[in-house]
Amino acid sequence: MINDSFVYSLKLSFLVAITATFFVVLVSLPVAYILAQKKFPGKEILDIALTMPLVLPPTVIGFYLIVFFGKNGFIGKVLYDLTGWTIMFTWYAAVLASFVVSLPLMLKTTRAAIESVDKNLIDASCTLGHGEFYTAVKVVIPLSKKGVFAGMALSFTRALGEFGATLMLAGNIPGKTETMPLAIYSAVNSGSWPEANLMALVFVAMSATLLFIAGRFTKKII
Amino acid sequence: MELKVQICKKLDNFTLDTDWTMGNEFTVLFGRSGSGKSLTLKMIAGLITPDSGLIELNGVLLFESTKRVNIKPQNRSVGFVFQDLALFPHMTVGQNIAYADRKKDNERVAELTELFYLKGLEDKLPSEISGGQRQRAAIARAIMRNPGCMLLDEPFSALDNPLRVEMRALIKDVKTMLNIPIVFVTHDIYEAYTMADKIIVYSDGRSVQTGTPEEIFSNPVSDEVKSLTDIKSFFVKLKDIC
Repeated sequence: MINDSFVYSLKLSFLVAITATFFVVLVSLPVAYILAQKKFPGKEILDIALTMPLVLPPTVIGFYLIVFFGKNGFIGKVLYDLTGWTIMFTWYAAVLASFVVSLPLMLKTTRAAIESVDKNLIDASCTLGHGEFYTAVKVVIPLSKKGVFAGMALSFTRALGEFGATLMLAGNIPGKTETMPLAIYSAVNSGSWPEANLMALVFVAMSATLLFIAGRFTKKII
Repeated sequence: MELKVQICKKLDNFTLDTDWTMGNEFTVLFGRSGSGKSLTLKMIAGLITPDSGLIELNGVLLFESTKRVNIKPQNRSVGFVFQDLALFPHMTVGQNIAYADRKKDNERVAELTELFYLKGLEDKLPSEISGGQRQRAAIARAIMRNPGCMLLDEPFSALDNPLRVEMRALIKDVKTMLNIPIVFVTHDIYEAYTMADKIIVYSDGRSVQTGTPEEIFSNPVSDEVKSLTDIKSFFVKLKDIC
């Protein structure tokens, strides 16, 4: 039952989820900090735009990702004209889809954690001679770490389970873009129930473990 | 050494409009809660920007609305002790004190921990030490930068009486040691009378009378100040303490 295709899908899923989570953390920390600490026009509109993937159907997200990153999309066309390369039907597309759907989870959790940091501690850091960046790195982020770790765990779990947008953007190519959720879908479609069952069980076990870890961090945050 | 404060700030339902100067002395901002004392301190520290006016410390302009001078809080030579102390909960006592110095001068940290009776507690988190020790750690941290003035925003409000007495003595020692302007906010009549070289009485966002404790208590300029410095309540407080 555990064949090469299964192992590949499992490895690919982890590769996609880890890469997507890496970029999610990279983008979320500064964006969540700005949303939590700064006042500027259009702040709430930006927040809504970044949160949309949380409520939109994955097919709609997939559609818009094709509109932007497809061979003839706004960004995809420029990229193709310049390099002759398209992200469509590559594992990078799976990373992009996972990144977009898991970003809001990390953003929301991190923003809430940053907002909960006592304002007096930030002020104290300033009166002790430190600027905003140093204060963010030494005080705000460390004190928000529970929320950051919880967001990372939730985003990773979400990225690991991403299906709809990935299917539309990366396709379901065995040995190339077939992640675990896509492999389960293919197994069910082809009537390979024992294989689907095993993969689903592995998935449930992994997700439950990650949610347990996230739950421990989020207890005080959410 | 001199601290000059002439500031105006309009908030939703409150206007702060105050003008006072102090020398190298221990000045108490005294008044009811919500009279603008803490707001004044935050403006001196640069944490809130006044609408207009000037703040000058030892000849250096920290804020001047007409000249558009507004030094960032991190560049002002001001030591601030917050009401809730604002010790960083994820840092040890030693790290909290060292935080005020980018060079992390270990000798200076050791000197201050010894001076403030914190020796042996350097590796403890703020949550692992007593209220009095936290108080001393917060003051030591504020002094670490060798500030040009010290601002203390009701730092003893959460302490019981024996600890308050201990802390008042400590603050007086700090004054002697540093010889810089110290501004201390309180609405405690006893604290104001016994600690101050000079008292500035605040009422509804204005500094309504300035003078030595004796002058303020014996010659209140208005009924408002008289009610604030009511000698009866002073003796009630004194009786409580004795």
